[in-house]
Amino acid sequence: MSEHLEIPVLTTTVEKMVNWARRSSIWPVTFGLACCAIEMMAMSAGRYDIARFGAEVFRGSPRQSDLMIVAGRLSRKMAPVLRRIYDQMPEPKYVISMGACASVGGVFDNYAIVQGVDQVVPVDVFVPGCPPRPESLIYGIVMLQRKIDHMKLSA
Amino acid sequence: MITDLTAYLPPGSFEHAQSADGMPTIYVRREHLVETMRALRDTPALRYAFLADIVGVDYLPREPRFEVIYLLASLGAPGYGEAVKRLRVKVRVPGEDPSLPTVLDVWPAANWAERELWDMLGIRVDEHPDLRRILMPEDWEGFPGRRDYPVQIKEPVKTYEPLQVSEEEFVANIEASRDRSRKH
Repeated sequence: MSEHLEIPVLTTTVEKMVNWARRSSIWPVTFGLACCAIEMMAMSAGRYDIARFGAEVFRGSPRQSDLMIVAGRLSRKMAPVLRRIYDQMPEPKYVISMGACASVGGVFDNYAIVQGVDQVVPVDVFVPGCPPRPESLIYGIVMLQRKIDHMKLSA
Repeated sequence: MITDLTAYLPPGSFEHAQSADGMPTIYVRREHLVETMRALRDTPALRYAFLADIVGVDYLPREPRFEVIYLLASLGAPGYGEAVKRLRVKVRVPGEDPSLPTVLDVWPAANWAERELWDMLGIRVDEHPDLRRILMPEDWEGFPGRRDYPVQIKEPVKTYEPLQVSEEEFVANIEASRDRSRKH
């Protein structure tokens, strides 16, 4: 019996382990639409270093991504493109709406800009700001990680 | 500058205008637009070879309603005067017949600028080979650059766009690639 106890084993539930794996390596798809994208790039670069939270691998292909950061104002002409890229991402997938324009249209209350990307894709986290500082976006990603942690595998 | 133009352009085709910023400005009649533009480009003393931009303005209560502004530059080629010269050419366009002749034969650069003129202000450019919308989606209704356009429209967002190939083209494409892979 005593030698069994020395085997290094941790017990947990499948759900916890899957959620841990999912939240620990979130790969964002590069979807910079406007000036917010500059802050998004700053977030992934050396000074703010999103690698600390395991989300630094920006992919150019939606097929390899888990997270879409909608960074900037979305024009009505761009909306079908955004939706198509979102549809091409494999499950499970998450969306962060970055900045005032992506969340509610911001200062662009006009015919050309979508007044909130939640009309196009389901949004998990809204990050306020114009543009949000990189710290805000990092906080948004941490919020998303907490949200993933509490997700249920079955309904 | 001003006397130069009177000497070279067709008589009666244009008039001088005031400009607040000192840039030479002329109004050209719509019927004489293309021949005047061609003269501005080809006259050796002028050589306005570069069309920088075309801008449209809507002065709604006023008639003629629209003004289209062509921004020209003479690049100062050796022998034609070394300094860069600029010229602002304005055309008045009436609201009940918003159309213009194309200057595409004079400057090919006018292509997209004239499409923008159509897209934003609804000024029809006659004999333009490819007069489609350029900024707004292809199926958009109305001309957003006009003063009487409802800017803050609240319409549902279009999230789906049909494929830009027909079903026959799609099938033919797949079968062609299948045939290619069988040959190898």
